[in-house]
Amino acid sequence: MLNFAIETGFALIGLALALNLWRLMRGPDVTDRILALDTMNINAIALLVLYGIRAHSGAYFEAALVLAAMGFVGTIALCKYLLRGDIIE
Amino acid sequence: MSAFIEIMVSALILLGSAFALLGSIGLARLPDFFTRLHGPTKATTLGVGAMVLASAVYFTATQPGFSLHEIAVMVFLFITAPVSAHLLAKAALHRLSARPDTHASELGK
Amino acid sequence: MIRRLIPRPLLSITLFILWVVLNNEVSIATMMLGFLLALTMPLVVRPFWPDGPRLVRPGMAFSFALRVLTDIVVANWSVSRRVVGPIRNLSPAFVEVPLDVRDPFVATILASIVSLTPGTVSIDVDQNHWVLKVHALDAPDHEALVHQIKWRYEKPIREIFAC
Repeated sequence: MLNFAIETGFALIGLALALNLWRLMRGPDVTDRILALDTMNINAIALLVLYGIRAHSGAYFEAALVLAAMGFVGTIALCKYLLRGDIIE
Repeated sequence: MSAFIEIMVSALILLGSAFALLGSIGLARLPDFFTRLHGPTKATTLGVGAMVLASAVYFTATQPGFSLHEIAVMVFLFITAPVSAHLLAKAALHRLSARPDTHASELGK
Repeated sequence: MIRRLIPRPLLSITLFILWVVLNNEVSIATMMLGFLLALTMPLVVRPFWPDGPRLVRPGMAFSFALRVLTDIVVANWSVSRRVVGPIRNLSPAFVEVPLDVRDPFVATILASIVSLTPGTVSIDVDQNHWVLKVHALDAPDHEALVHQIKWRYEKPIREIFAC
């Protein structure tokens, strides 16, 4: 049963990532693309955590943590750039 | 691992991935940027939260001792999601008002 | 003396718990290092750490956090149904909520809660007029939304931080 849940989870998140990719390509504005990237990043965290359960290893968790931190900083930097044309004022 | 734990982890995984997918459907389907912002900031964050909780339950049940560091990621995501949504909204508003053909009604003024 | 050594007890406790949780084990070594970090880090950041309001009612903060969490889960469900359902029935709107809060930190917490509870995203906090601008996914009734934010979230937060 756990295996079934994990396989289904992979499928659903894969589909979610495909939808995000579609929005990333479609746009229409830069902000939409940043939002799509941010969502892809969060979905990738879910994918990593799921893979960690499947592989029965805690190592993937560290990667998820790094992804969470870097994704947030990246999104903030991109937004800041759009707002001011500068990242560090 | 007992059957109860297995059912709980499976339910959390299914719930989490379903919410993540719903958030992404919202992102792909809704008509303009500000409505699109609603899907990922909430549904996706909650989805990953459930997923991470599933991981915490699973590793607590299968390994010696508690596994709580997953909760730290969950808290981190719940703190950062509104901040990035807020800044994205601000950036979008800024870009809208910078464009000459924008009507005042689109800015909510 | 104890106040000079531990200028921010809450920050110290948070750091200690975070360190132990991130290490994912409760042993003498991690606890000692966590204790050391909890002691030194507040001292190091003291020159630039902003002065927030004091948490006066921790018990109420806990029950409020639980309520916000259940709100997030319950309301996510209803919003998800709307996202999958027909889009034309939605009436998205910008709503301005006048605030009684006059503290940047508390306003930030309120804005974050508004963003996390589905149906609303906070767009802007005007610190000159203290108005919170909110975008709602489906708000046929603006007054009801303003009322909900003010009474369900702002009032308890103001009581928790006594401001």
